[in-house]
Amino acid sequence: MSLLEIENLSLAIGDTPILKGIELSVAPGEVMGLVGESGSGKSMTALTIMQLLPHAARASGRVSFDGIDILAATEDQMCALRGDDIGMVFQEPMTALNPVKTIGEQVAEGIRWHTKASRAEAEDRARKMLDRVGLPEAKFPLSRYPHELSGGQRQRVVIAIACALKPKLLIADEPTTALDVVLQAQILDLLRGLVSENRMGLLLISHDLAVVTEMADRITILRHGEVMESGDTAQTLSAQLHPYTRQLAQASMHVPARAKVHAAGSAKPLLEVEGVTRDYPGRRTSLFKAAPSIRAVDDVSLSLAPGQSVALVGRSGCGKSTLARMILALDKSTLGTIRFRGETITGKSEAELKAARRDMQVVFQDPYGSFDPRQKVAKLVAEPLHVLEKKPTPAERREMVAHALHEVGLGISDMDKYPHEFSGGQRQRLSIARAIITRPKLVVADEPVSALDVSIRAQILDLFAELNQKLGVAYLFITHDLTVARAITDEVLVMHDGKIVERGKTGDVLDHPQSEAAKALVAAAPDLHRAIARRMREQG
Amino acid sequence: MTAYLLKRLAIAIATLILASMVVFAVLEILPGDPARLMLGLNASAEQVELLRNQMGLNAPLVLRYLNWVGGLLSLDFGRSYTYSVPVIDLVRERMAVSLPLALIALALSTIIAIPVGLYSASRRGRAGDSIAMGAAQLGVAIPNFWFALMLIYLFAVWLRLVPAGGFPGWSAGVWPALKSLLLPAVALALPQAAILARVARSALIEVLNEDYIRTARAKGLPYRAVLWRHALRNAMIPVLTILGLQFAFLLAGTIIIENVFYLPGLGRLVFQAITQRDLIVVESIVMLLVVAVIAVNLVVDISYAIVDPRLRHRQ
Repeated sequence: MSLLEIENLSLAIGDTPILKGIELSVAPGEVMGLVGESGSGKSMTALTIMQLLPHAARASGRVSFDGIDILAATEDQMCALRGDDIGMVFQEPMTALNPVKTIGEQVAEGIRWHTKASRAEAEDRARKMLDRVGLPEAKFPLSRYPHELSGGQRQRVVIAIACALKPKLLIADEPTTALDVVLQAQILDLLRGLVSENRMGLLLISHDLAVVTEMADRITILRHGEVMESGDTAQTLSAQLHPYTRQLAQASMHVPARAKVHAAGSAKPLLEVEGVTRDYPGRRTSLFKAAPSIRAVDDVSLSLAPGQSVALVGRSGCGKSTLARMILALDKSTLGTIRFRGETITGKSEAELKAARRDMQVVFQDPYGSFDPRQKVAKLVAEPLHVLEKKPTPAERREMVAHALHEVGLGISDMDKYPHEFSGGQRQRLSIARAIITRPKLVVADEPVSALDVSIRAQILDLFAELNQKLGVAYLFITHDLTVARAITDEVLVMHDGKIVERGKTGDVLDHPQSEAAKALVAAAPDLHRAIARRMREQG
Repeated sequence: MTAYLLKRLAIAIATLILASMVVFAVLEILPGDPARLMLGLNASAEQVELLRNQMGLNAPLVLRYLNWVGGLLSLDFGRSYTYSVPVIDLVRERMAVSLPLALIALALSTIIAIPVGLYSASRRGRAGDSIAMGAAQLGVAIPNFWFALMLIYLFAVWLRLVPAGGFPGWSAGVWPALKSLLLPAVALALPQAAILARVARSALIEVLNEDYIRTARAKGLPYRAVLWRHALRNAMIPVLTILGLQFAFLLAGTIIIENVFYLPGLGRLVFQAITQRDLIVVESIVMLLVVAVIAVNLVVDISYAIVDPRLRHRQ
């Protein structure tokens, strides 16, 4: 018998239909993968099971959990289920914990609430649970606060909260999306262990087909609030009977067509970084001693030829973004020099940097956060034009904006819209338009596709490849995602603890990594081909 | 934590020194010679000069400032020109009225505002919220002296529950004294409570949208428990900030309210002293109020660190 049985579930918020006739089931000890792009209704399905929907939402159909009719259950009944029989893990570990309570209080709270255990008993159980999720007492006493932990550690605490009472069902909504690949592999491993220990059912929600394939016994694919296809993971993904399944699979393995060009060394390098180091003041341990410094970037040297596309890969916190900020002259290096087009840019004033700024632009990760919501596209995209030698007339500005929009596949009519009128993918196109409007020689892109859905992400990667060919712009891609590196770069630099530990041709490094850091990244990176092959062997 | 506290303390002391200079300088610049004022219009120039020397008014500016600060530190505030008694005695007597009044008002406004804010935030957009916030809007708009008059009319004149004004002194017993402070405290507290309730509501609404509230709900805690255990403490930071700022307004409010209720407090004293150009008294009381405001804000800073562990660890 199924643990969770969803039949013909429909959901509307006001007059907007969100879910249409969802069918889904999870058996004890089974991992069900729920896949779909943003807005497909994955999270709403999860919140329906938890009955934590927004007030205006109305659900119909049947959701039964362990014989209980969830849609008809009272709030008191739901409170008894939540956290006891059904646990939930959310996407964003940085904000999922209460900043003013210790991790011990937060794990013990649910235990005390449901079991009426004494404080000491609950803390004892919380301690054991934290040990189980890999946060041993020596380094992570109950008295730690969330801000003292990293993202991966916080996600372990959230999992400890969700699994503290050995729930029958765990719902994990994009549990690893905000983490780097190595942490992702560790968290997935932990979830797998908890499932097999307690015969817990797991509903794993993700936009990442490779992750779901690695984890799930069965898979359900959602689109626009409807189930497109569902079945055994291996069969569904190897047969790819449904066109949308095929489309998703292809998009996740998409590699843009690029003519192989730009062997380094032929021309004078565009960018040279020599022995660059960046120290940050660390935490002061005594009032009278100077704070020890933390070395974020340690003696890094690299060079980039005009038109070359290079990936800087590494785990979160390895110093890759700090290095990028120094290359963009947004941060000062402690030691070392950076030369751009043969001119030194380290230690220059803002006025002296103006010429260099014209030729280097940046694309950020979050297409939602990088635009002022109160300004129109025409103004936002034209922003970098102030670094031009000659101030363009308003007519020229519009002309240039129109041209840049055209190059990224948007229309002239988009000029007078506001950012909120665009989808995530279109917004990323806008930030690329903003980056290329000054005709830069170098674009630094910090995780430019990691916030995008797979199909959109394939389009954006194509756009990057096309602009590289057409405009001859060089790229420095900062990413922890090796598929991006593989898709679009000639060379890879692997960064670890502030140092570059490996460099070489993209294919060579990713297929035959030499350093420990590169090996760990490659081993942890989810790969759809590999995952399907393994599933096929297991499921026959 | 220690570093944070020491830093806050240093800032408080620096503010205090700066404020004392400003207070001193402003009263220096103001027209009006206290010696001439004391002696009246018929006094001769020699008499005035003699008194000025006696009062130390002819000493160099810096010396006078240092003398004044030294006096403040040793609780010697000088003598009032008009009352001819040491200012410290006046202040001590008046403080016995004003300090309890301000504290009761502060406590009252917090006790009213936090539950109203909680209620409104948890019923956002519904009738209860609209009524509570409408009342708060009214509370912000109504001047406190008018509100005080209405209170006197209702509770003192009509219902005859409390005296309409005056203060029997603490020697008359705690209850009669408290009774005469009740209406003024309510009049002072309500407009403050209205502002504070609005701040508490918006802070709570923001906190209730945070991810960790969802985490707490997913643990199985009922909504009410989530509100009290997780939301309230996180919403306290902006509430504390406003509470600290409001204290200054509260003190300013006592000047009006004490006059309305005929209370012999600091507010009335400073009002009278200003009209009589009793500059030593004005100086002393203003300085005292500055100390009170800075002290309250230091307490607020310390409570930030108690509420928010992130502040304790940051430099």
